[in-house]
Amino acid sequence: MAVKVRIPTPLRRITANQGEVDAEGATIGGLIEDLEKKYPGLKERLCDETGAIRRFVNIYINEEDIRFMQGKDTSVKDGDEISIIPAIAGGSEV
Amino acid sequence: MLTIPKHFVDGMISHARAEKPLECCGILAGKDGTVTDMYKMNNTENDPDKYLMDAKEQFAVVKDMRAKGLDMLAIYHSHPHSPARPSGIDTKLAFYPDAIYIIISLMDAEKPVMKGFFIKEEKVEEAVIKVD
Repeated sequence: MAVKVRIPTPLRRITANQGEVDAEGATIGGLIEDLEKKYPGLKERLCDETGAIRRFVNIYINEEDIRFMQGKDTSVKDGDEISIIPAIAGGSEV
Repeated sequence: MLTIPKHFVDGMISHARAEKPLECCGILAGKDGTVTDMYKMNNTENDPDKYLMDAKEQFAVVKDMRAKGLDMLAIYHSHPHSPARPSGIDTKLAFYPDAIYIIISLMDAEKPVMKGFFIKEEKVEEAVIKVD
């Protein structure tokens, strides 16, 4: 399965400044492994040490947030468009 | 340098006041360092000392900016009771090193303070903002 993955500005340093890259895999987890081979260091930005997608990383298949699908096990089909979008969050000193 | 038309500054301050005691948050977009569009976002954190932009809304804004050919120039949020400087959690969760993080402090309710910062790898540097 070959799909397009949109890379957000903060991660483009890892993808040689490309905002869109090709990846292969049957699931989101598979795509992440493929991307890690092509762009080492990317997986660490997306997944924590247990391999789960980080809380502050949002991943979409077309219009759907994978958190509301099957997470990393969500299957991917040809022509899907994947978007990676880091969350925007913070707070104040208590 | 970031140039923000005054009505957007007024818009951020009124957004901050409307959400108080919670934090407000939003995005300023534009081109060549000048803000042309402001997106008020929903804060989905229940904790009054935190903010997290609604992920679905944020995705819609990313697509809207792309369609309009705009860059995300700044990310704003309010500090209802503390100064206009990034907190520990602000620096830790700053994932956009190219954007200016604007903080609106309502510590002095009569005199809101707005400041902007670049936050790169947890290092904070004040940014120059011109209100036009």
